[in-house]
Amino acid sequence: MAGQLLQPGYEENKLQRVSKLLPCRDVQSSMLLALMGEPEQYSYPSIFIYGHRATGKSHVIHTLLKELDIPYATVTCVECVSLGLLFEQVLFSLFGPDSATLLSRSPSLSDFVRVYKQLCVQNPAKQTKYIVLDRAELLRDMDANLLPAFLRLQELVEDNVTVILLSEIVWDKFRPNTGCFEPLLLHFPDYSKDELQQILSEDSHPSYSTELYSAFINILLGVFYSVCRDLRELRHLAALNFAKFVEPLESGKVNESETHKLWRNIEPHLKKAMQTVYLREVSSVQWEQQMEKEAGAVRGLSAHGHVELPYYSKFLLIAAYLASYNPARTDRRFFLKHHGKIKKTNFLKKHEKTSNHLLGPKPFALDRLLAIFYSVVDSRVAPSASVFSQISSLVTLQLLSQVGHNDQLDAPKYKCAVSLDFILAISRTVSFDIVKYLYDFL
Amino acid sequence: MSTSSVSKGCFVFKPSAKKRKPSPTVEDYFTHGSENMENSRLRFRTCQSLWEKMKTDTELLQEELNRKVLDSLLEFIRKSSSSFQRGTDDWRSRMRAHEIPTAALVLGVNVPDHDMTFQSLSEQLQLSVSPFVVSLQAKECAGMTELHKLIFKDLEVFSPKVLQDFIIICSRYIEQLPLIFVFGIATAPSVIQHTLPHSVSSLLGIELFQSLSCTQHLATVIDQVILTSEFPFKLSGKVLQVLVSIFLYHDFSVRNFIKGLQLALLEHFHSQPLSVLCCRKQEALGHISKLSHQDVERIQQLPSFMRYVEQQGPQDQVELLTNDDHEVCVKLLIDLHKYHKNYYPILRCLHVLTSSLPKYPLGKQIRELHISCLEKNVWDNEEYASAMTLLRMMAKEELVSLLQKCSVILKPGKTKKMRAVLLRLDDLITRFTKSLLEMKESRRTKKMSQFEILRDEVLEFFDSLVRCHLAPPESQPLYEVCYYSSSAVLRRHLNATPRTSIQTALSNPYHYLKNESLRTEDGTFSSAAPDICIVYKLHLECGRLINLYDWLEAYATVVSAAEGKDPESADYGKVDELKHARFIQAVSELEFLGFIKSTKQKTDHVSRLTWGGC
Repeated sequence: MAGQLLQPGYEENKLQRVSKLLPCRDVQSSMLLALMGEPEQYSYPSIFIYGHRATGKSHVIHTLLKELDIPYATVTCVECVSLGLLFEQVLFSLFGPDSATLLSRSPSLSDFVRVYKQLCVQNPAKQTKYIVLDRAELLRDMDANLLPAFLRLQELVEDNVTVILLSEIVWDKFRPNTGCFEPLLLHFPDYSKDELQQILSEDSHPSYSTELYSAFINILLGVFYSVCRDLRELRHLAALNFAKFVEPLESGKVNESETHKLWRNIEPHLKKAMQTVYLREVSSVQWEQQMEKEAGAVRGLSAHGHVELPYYSKFLLIAAYLASYNPARTDRRFFLKHHGKIKKTNFLKKHEKTSNHLLGPKPFALDRLLAIFYSVVDSRVAPSASVFSQISSLVTLQLLSQVGHNDQLDAPKYKCAVSLDFILAISRTVSFDIVKYLYDFL
Repeated sequence: MSTSSVSKGCFVFKPSAKKRKPSPTVEDYFTHGSENMENSRLRFRTCQSLWEKMKTDTELLQEELNRKVLDSLLEFIRKSSSSFQRGTDDWRSRMRAHEIPTAALVLGVNVPDHDMTFQSLSEQLQLSVSPFVVSLQAKECAGMTELHKLIFKDLEVFSPKVLQDFIIICSRYIEQLPLIFVFGIATAPSVIQHTLPHSVSSLLGIELFQSLSCTQHLATVIDQVILTSEFPFKLSGKVLQVLVSIFLYHDFSVRNFIKGLQLALLEHFHSQPLSVLCCRKQEALGHISKLSHQDVERIQQLPSFMRYVEQQGPQDQVELLTNDDHEVCVKLLIDLHKYHKNYYPILRCLHVLTSSLPKYPLGKQIRELHISCLEKNVWDNEEYASAMTLLRMMAKEELVSLLQKCSVILKPGKTKKMRAVLLRLDDLITRFTKSLLEMKESRRTKKMSQFEILRDEVLEFFDSLVRCHLAPPESQPLYEVCYYSSSAVLRRHLNATPRTSIQTALSNPYHYLKNESLRTEDGTFSSAAPDICIVYKLHLECGRLINLYDWLEAYATVVSAAEGKDPESADYGKVDELKHARFIQAVSELEFLGFIKSTKQKTDHVSRLTWGGC
């Protein structure tokens, strides 16, 4: 497979090195090379590359550009909180450290084009320059003219420059309303199982043979391939579980050729790993320690779901839950002593008949929250400042959320942001039967 | 007496005032109820030194409690930063190169207590690991800002977007720039997964650290500060109950608990002139000799002293009440100190015995037992009786181990009585072990075995101990010197009720203004009250929407009556410009206080924001 990259204008051995560094991406890299042409030739103004996470987009581009000594600038759009930063980075990498000082303090696009042109005249270059914009989806949130301008930057600056956009999102979601220059689209498909096997086998442990590692990867993929195809995640899993895999070898019980025994040893651990590590619930270090200790079940992050709250905060949260999930008109029924009987079917309007739990929490006013609070809490509570401050601390903890922005002082509105399971657990600790008070469960 | 009246006017005494350096003005406040400057100064100094001691002790204690989790956290950070320095020659660390080491510190819901923890954490980090520590607070990071080691307080409050972007940027530079995060989490660690998508959380190598729960924290503080004879200052059962319930019901803040304790201390020394005796025994004895005639009289008027006197013979009674020397006081004070020294070890023993019983008849926590002992004779409780019955059924091994625990508690006892108790207890334990051998032999006989006899003996012994030493402090003469008991004052200060206060002010202005002309019977209302009170009273009679004009007319009528106009005259109840202006001002004040607001439903109406009427 290796050694198939051919493109006039580049040294043979360099191309060979590149193709070694880019396993399983021969099609894409030769396509890119063809697009780029010889170093002096003009290339297509803009190329849009998309594909899932960890499909080698950035890796392929960077390796090509770096190994072939092509002038390029690479910018990750997350870092660019302002346009100025983006422009500065591009100029800095293409024209050296002095160039960025030519920009005004908060440059506009036309400033950038002007400075670019000026620099081009000063140091004309023969080779095609490349600007790589990683996470290009963020360009959409910047100035509206930015994306169209980058797409035809070649025309604007009258220089041999190509813009490469990298994103995990398809081009259709980018296209601005006003229309724009259509870039060349290039898709990076997911790696197949064999390809994953090949790539993962590359980073083998120095003290063991490559065959052993490759066998290990084979087992790993057998377990995880059905649930996870993310290269990065798989590599993480491989790193975590390899120590366990070679344990019998270390202790001398098994030799390298007895793969079946090794398989039987590792399989239950991988199954266990499937439950916890994929979610990154425990850190890799903790996972390794656990593996060493073998101390029963792994307690992940979610096992610590229990939240301690002051007594009245619990009741406030319960009241908020009731206010969020019961229609306001049913309050009479639940919280008055002599409410009379209300038949469920006639009482409510049609749209209210659907389960409130399916519709999600509804906003309620502070008054209603307090009224319900006073009726559910079993003792008399003075409306002291600390009760009110508990409401705001619940908001800070994101157990309640404040809705609406007008009238925050007079009549603030809240929503309850906890799940039914959570509130059930809370009400159990204060021995309050919340299900009795929920309209949905009547 | 002018100073005295000034001090009365400034009765509300904020704890923060004490933070100032002890200036003469602060000392002046302590003249309440005492003409003797010397006495008040002494009291102030005693109070100060006692508080200093308590403060340093609690701080040490808190440091001790936090040490474990902080140490493990520091260890983690040290390990991560040293692995940065070693470089990535190791296979494992190479594979993990782009994870940012992250510590998730779960602290519990109370945010004010965390400041101290984080402060000590960042100080220790700066000292021991690296000088580059940044502590970020959510409210300071609304957008992306310039950000080496970072501590995030209260993860939940951060906007997820900002955090995600930040983590992605950091992970790009992790190979060149060693970064470690510490997240402070108030609720549950799963919040990390809620706020961060998997693509971002996979960049973090998270390790979890759980700090001590705040209830355990409180239990330790109570154990070390309140349940000890080291501090002469004590809280009565009710006061302790107020503080504990504020903690459990409202805030879970140990810091606030200690603040409350401080307030109680201050109030005690401020309001009780005899608190001058509330200090270490030697000092107190010194202070007694300096007591003035008036102070001695004050002691003689103490209810506890009166009770003590009544118990004496008639001859002694006269002597006690007329005698002006300090001998009796000295004797009683020494007795009080002895009482405390015996009380706490026995309390702990009783707690050890009862805390393992099913259903916890006397409470799971020692503070519950303490409170019930403070309130009345604990042996009169039904729970005590049931606990004793349960103890009578206890198996031998358990009982022996409990007794051994008790003997450990009693070991450091200093008083003669405690030493005697310890000897007796050790003797009983040895007899138990002996009876273990004999038991097998006597098993068949129907008689009470040796063990059963012994068990009864032990329990009777403990019962007598409890009756002797766990009597409530009220029974002790001079207990007022050390015990602070006005729970109402404390509750009023700590549990502020702004709405109730405003409503009291509006409906009963006399309560705050103390103007005799405003004094009214219950339910009636003086028309001479301030405008806002009249307007408030009138608005209570309305429904949800109030017609402003009707309101104005009613107001004018009331005000005219207050001016003493003749109800028959033509301009009675007539609105003139002045009344109109006063009315508008009063209404806008009500709006400012949040009782009403303008409404769009009807133009000439306002809507009420409170419910309920008169």
